This record gives sequence, structure tokens and C-alpha cells, in this order.
Amino acid sequence: MQPFLTLTGIAAPLPIANVDTDMILPARFLKTISRTGLGEGLLHALRFAPGGGENPDFILNRDPWRGASILVALDNFGCGSSREHAPWALLDYGIRCIVAPDFADIFFGNCLKNGILPVKLEGCKAQQLMDIVSRPEDAEITIDLERRLVLTRYGQIAFRIDAAHRERLMTGADEIGLSLRHADAIADHERRNMANAATVHRIAAALGA
Amino acid sequence: MTGARTLYRKVWDAHAVADLGGGEWLLYIDRHLIYEVTSPQAFEGLRAAGRSVRRPDLSFAVADHNVPTEFRAGGLAAIRDQDSRLQVAALEANAREFAIPYAALAGPHHGIVHVTAPELGLTLPGLTIVCGDSHTSTHGAFGALAFGIGTSEVEHVLATQTLVQKPSRTMFVDIRGALGRGVSSKDVALALIGQIGTSGGTGHVIEFAGEAVAAMDMAARMTLCNMAIEAGARAGMIAPDETTFRWLKGRPGVPDGEDFMIECARWAELRSDPGAVYDTMVTLDAAAIEPMVTWGTSPEAVTTIHGIVPDPAQEPDTARRAQMERMLAYMDIEPGRPLAGLPIDAAFIGSCTNSRIEDLRAAAAVARTGTVANGVRALVVPGSAAVKRQAEEEGLDAIFRAAGFEWRDAGCSMCLGLNPDRLRPGERCASTSNRNFEGRQGPGGRTHLMSPAMVAAAAVAGCLTDVRTIS
Repeated sequence: MQPFLTLTGIAAPLPIANVDTDMILPARFLKTISRTGLGEGLLHALRFAPGGGENPDFILNRDPWRGASILVALDNFGCGSSREHAPWALLDYGIRCIVAPDFADIFFGNCLKNGILPVKLEGCKAQQLMDIVSRPEDAEITIDLERRLVLTRYGQIAFRIDAAHRERLMTGADEIGLSLRHADAIADHERRNMANAATVHRIAAALGA
Repeated sequence: MTGARTLYRKVWDAHAVADLGGGEWLLYIDRHLIYEVTSPQAFEGLRAAGRSVRRPDLSFAVADHNVPTEFRAGGLAAIRDQDSRLQVAALEANAREFAIPYAALAGPHHGIVHVTAPELGLTLPGLTIVCGDSHTSTHGAFGALAFGIGTSEVEHVLATQTLVQKPSRTMFVDIRGALGRGVSSKDVALALIGQIGTSGGTGHVIEFAGEAVAAMDMAARMTLCNMAIEAGARAGMIAPDETTFRWLKGRPGVPDGEDFMIECARWAELRSDPGAVYDTMVTLDAAAIEPMVTWGTSPEAVTTIHGIVPDPAQEPDTARRAQMERMLAYMDIEPGRPLAGLPIDAAFIGSCTNSRIEDLRAAAAVARTGTVANGVRALVVPGSAAVKRQAEEEGLDAIFRAAGFEWRDAGCSMCLGLNPDRLRPGERCASTSNRNFEGRQGPGGRTHLMSPAMVAAAAVAGCLTDVRTIS
């Protein structure tokens, strides 16, 4: 996972509440066994007209937002399906940071696992930022994770983030490797709870495995 | 940990393996359910890192999202879509390589993972259960802590049998009194979401309780917990009781004989202590809940069957007004229009929310009163091969077929556009599924969520209608 320290880029306003993961990446793009190449399907119904051509009015099809690496959104961003293909599609398109008042739980966690920084900003601050980045000349902003700041040319907005989340993003840590350091504690738990697995072999037998 | 604890906290405490600091813990996972869409990249990651599956015996794999609901006997070869076939083939190969129990596509235990896993007795009170699917919350109906995860977490569970977690906040939803005739747990779930919104439960685990919940059968409880995610909650839970124990008895993964009695006594302890404190309390009056239908593209855009489409002009908040306008334009309905009488093109009875035998019985009771209206395509898709067998033994398939419904093989079907069952652009569907998002049932498709009996009533009437006026 690519560490996230500081990001300077174009921020695109997406003033839609409850952007769900079906909207971020429609189901038909999930038929892949790879993590890459999903950018094409990102926000597909918004970016493309039903016939297939680009929807010229959509923010990501207009300059300078076409090259956005940051999204500024509304409440409950990423609700719905747990598909990690949604953050993979964002990443593949080039989005590394999403600013919103509130995120759905599973999507929030999925972003952290992929080096995408989800920034929670109170509603009025998020709205303020959305107004700023809606102007082409002000769309470029900086996200400084180390200092926990969003920097615009009009000033800076502080944000809060869980210390553990911040550290993992900044180091790009291998979480599985870290968890495996607790293999002894996991094995202890398994020894104390043998009953948990006492009957699973019957399921395997029922399945003919 | 001492003092009065919630059901959630009891299950959490029994699985907290290591304190990672900063409020994070390593939580042990008792059951890992795996399907074809969100797992291939996890297995690939495992191979790339030279890791193995720690507990294949606690894992279970089945293909459900991609599978066509016709020509099942043909197995893998009958999946005509190349990408879908490749995903299912990858699941089969991964299950074989890592010795994970796999329910074969044409076998007797195939089904939607959240239907078939409880049937096998994989789901037990007090367990932690995860799956790379948000509707894993379903299994909380048994007093398990069950929640959906992303693919990176699937890989983490495969490698470590644990997850890095912080304790959630807790919400107590007290559903007082008795549900009226023709009102189901789907209506309760939609009424709750209408009340607290789709982000009302964010950061919470919901515990459902009250007289109405105590009176529900396990299928109804699974529907309720299934929809907890649509209220934003990671998990829903219901304390196990005699209804739970009766349902579990005799299933392959459930202890039997004296062990069953011992387990039941232990499971009976899995309830919140008197005086346990919740972060949020919500009360619903069961008797006041009516059959519900959604009108927009979020489950919170919901009203009763006697409701009208709301008018965005009346909404003072600009962001909410814009969202309503967007929803009405997508759904192609006008403000002020009554929901009852809205013509439909399709009816779908199925999905992990409402495809169990009890759901099919409720739908069949309505279907037998008439025939599917002209021009309406109506599908009944059992949640598992076992549900299908049971329904056929009871003659439900004959009722549905005689009424003009298509009777299919198990799978996720028209809940999401990943298999051949999908809406065409502009089609309007009465659906027992869980999400009415834009394009969810197929690009351009329009979804109205409701209960199985309400969908059957709509299929027969050709429009949204109050099931209570039919049966």
C-alpha cells in the first residue's frame, strides 16, 4: 500500500448525498478477479450518457476537475455494498482522498486499507470547501495528513483522524503482517475455545468435502 | 469487564484476542463465509505474500451473486457469461487449493450464502461471523456478531482468523406490541429506516428486542437483521431464545444430544444484562406499522402503501431537496402521486432478505388468489436449493407457476445486476430485495422495496397495492 503523507491536487465537488457503492462502481464491473483497471467504471452512470459517450456536464468531465485526485462529497458517502472494488476504482482513476461530513462504516475501512484518506469534516466546513473547489481557479488544494490540515488558498481547515488510522496510512503498513505477530495469542484463544470448531467437520461431511 | 453488559459486548469480550492499543483489538472470527465476487483478490494476495489459510475448517465457500437462476444442473458450464464463469471457477479452484468446504453449484446445499449457511448450522448464537458482503448482518438473528467486510479484510481473516476492530457504539431498537395483519418484519425494517435514516445506525451495532421481535420466526428475524445495514449499522443482533434453539436443532453444524442441551443453556445467557447501557435508544410501535413501499433510490425514501410521493418544494434543506429531485427524476414519478396504483413492469421475490420458505409461503398465499397481471414479468427465486425442495414439497411452486410466476433456481438473482436476471432500462419493479439504489437491479431500472406478500399483491394487481385488501 502506497503511504499517504501529503497530497496536492484538484478537488472535485460531488454534491450528492448518500453516494452508494453501486453508484461509485456498478455491479457489472465487479466481474473481475483483479484489483486493477476498475477506473473506467468509476461513477459510470454519472460520467457517461446512456448511449456511451461522455456526459459533458458531469464535473469529472470538465476542466480542471477531469484530473481530480480529491473528491468533496456530502453525507453518508460510500453506503451500501461492502465491495472494495469501489475504493479500487477510485484509486485506479487517481482519487486518493475523499472529504465528506460522514462516511458509511465499511467503505471508510476499505479506503484505509487502500491508502485512500477519508477526511471527515463537519457539514458547514465541508460545504465551505465544496464552494471553494467549485471555482476552477481554486480547485487545487493540499491535504496534509501529518499536520491534519486541508489547505486552500483562503486558509486552512483542521480535521481530526484516529491516531491508528493516520499512522497506518502514513506508513502504508502491512496489517496482516502486524496481526500475525500475535499468532501466540490467537493460538491460545483457539485452545481455550475448542468447542467452537467441534461440529464444523460435519458440515464439510454434509458438503461431501 | 464487569457490570451490566449488552449482548454485543458479551460476544465481543469472548472474542477479543489482543489489545492493539488506541482502542483497537484483534477480534477472533469463528466463521468466515466466502463467495465469488469479493474473494479472488484476497486469495491472490495470500498467494503473493506466500501465506496460507489459517483455519479452512472455519471457512465456507459458495457462489451466489453471479450464478444464473436457470439450467442449474449444467453447473459451471451453464454459466454463459465468460467473466461470471471465470469468477465462479476461481472460487472453486481457491476452495480446492486451500481445502475450504465448498457448496457445489449443482449440489443440494447450494444457495445464497446468507440463506444456506444458517441452514447448515454454520450460524450459531454467540459466534463471530464475517463475509465480504454487507448483508452478513443477517446472521445476527441468532445472537451472533456478524458483519460485512471488504476484500482486504477477507484476506486478513484468511491469513489470521482475526480482524482489527474497535468496539462499536450500540443502539437498542425496542419494537413494542404486535404487528398487524399483513405486516411483516420487512415492513418493520423499512419503517425503522424511514425513522432513523440510512446513516442513523452508522458506527452502531443494533440490538432488536420487544414483543414484536419475540413473536417473529427465524426467517422474519433474519430479514430484520439483514436490513440493519440499510440503516447504516454494521450489524443487527437478536438475543437467542426457544425459537432460535428449535430452529437450530438437528442441523449438521449444530451439536446434538446432550451437547445440544449444554449449548442451549450457554446460549440462553446470551442476552443483555438488566441495566446494560446503550448509546442510542429507539422505540417503534408495532401496531402502528403498515405495509411499506419505497418511492426513491435510498431505502430511507419510504412511506406506507397509502402514502404519497413527497414534494421536494416542501423540503427546506437545499441538499435534501436536490437529492429528492434527483430521486424523483430517476424514478419517473411526480410529487403528490399516491404510491398505490403505480403500475409495475416486473416483480421480484427473492434475495438474502426475503427468499426463505416463510417468505415464499407468504407470497404464495397471495399468488393463489389470482394471476400475474398482463405485461408484468414476475420471478420467484428461492434462497437455496433446500428452500426450493421444501417449497416444491409444499406445492408452492405449482401455485406460483399456475399464477404466472417464473420459478427459478437459487441465487442472488435480480437483487443486483451481476447475473442474467436484471431490469431493462426504465422498467419499474416491485422487489423484496434490500436496495433501491440507481441501477441496482440493472442500469436504468427502478426499484420499489417491499415485503414478499406486497410484491405478490403488486404482481397480481399490476400495480403497487395494499396486500390487506387482497387476502
